[in-house]
Amino acid sequence: MIKSELVLKLAEQNPHLYQRDVENIVNAILDTIADALARGDRVELRGFGAFSVKKRDARTGRNPRTGESVSISEKVVPVFKTGKEMRQRLNLPQKVLKTAAQ
Amino acid sequence: MAGKTVTRADLSEAVYQKVGLSRTESAELVERVLAEICDSLAVGETVKLSSFGSFIVRSKGERVGRNPKTGVEVPINPRHVMVFKPSNVLKAHINGEVATGED
Repeated sequence: MIKSELVLKLAEQNPHLYQRDVENIVNAILDTIADALARGDRVELRGFGAFSVKKRDARTGRNPRTGESVSISEKVVPVFKTGKEMRQRLNLPQKVLKTAAQ
Repeated sequence: MAGKTVTRADLSEAVYQKVGLSRTESAELVERVLAEICDSLAVGETVKLSSFGSFIVRSKGERVGRNPKTGVEVPINPRHVMVFKPSNVLKAHINGEVATGED
C-alpha cells in the first residue's frame, strides 16, 4: 500500500471529507512524527510501535569499489521498534486474522 | 537524547490545528490512519509512505537461540517481523539537511 492508496481508502470510509483533507490529515501525522524526531524526541504509538533517534559517531568508511577511504561525519538516524500488539498481530495465523478484522 | 515523548494526543492535536476538524474527529482519524497501516502490515503487505519511509514485513526462519543467562539452547520459531526503512527525505530532515537526489 502506498500513501495515495491509504488516502483513497480513508476517503472512502469518510465520505464527508474531501480527499484533500484526508491527504492533509495523513501528512500532518507524518510531519508531526518527522518533526519530533528532528528535535530528538521519541514518538510512541501504543499498539503500533515507537520511533526514536540514535546518534552515529563520525567514522572513516571505505568506498568498496575503489578502496579509497572517505570520512563519514556524525549523523542521527531514525529507528523504529515494533510495538508488542503489532508484533503479535504479525504472527497470527491468517485464518484468525480474517475473522478478527471486523 | 532526553526529549519529550510524542503520543497519539499530539498527533490528533496536529491534525486539529492543521486540518480544522473537531478534536474528537481528529483523534478518530489518527486512529483510523494507524489502523489502516496496521491492517495492511498484518496481512504481510508493505506500506510505503513517500518522503517518510516504508514499513516492510520480513519472514524470519527458524534458528537456535541461547538463553544468555543459563546458556540453554532454545529453538526460535519462524516468525514475521516488521522493519521500518526511513526515506532519504526523513533522514535528511532529522539531520537538519535538505534531501538531495530521488525520493
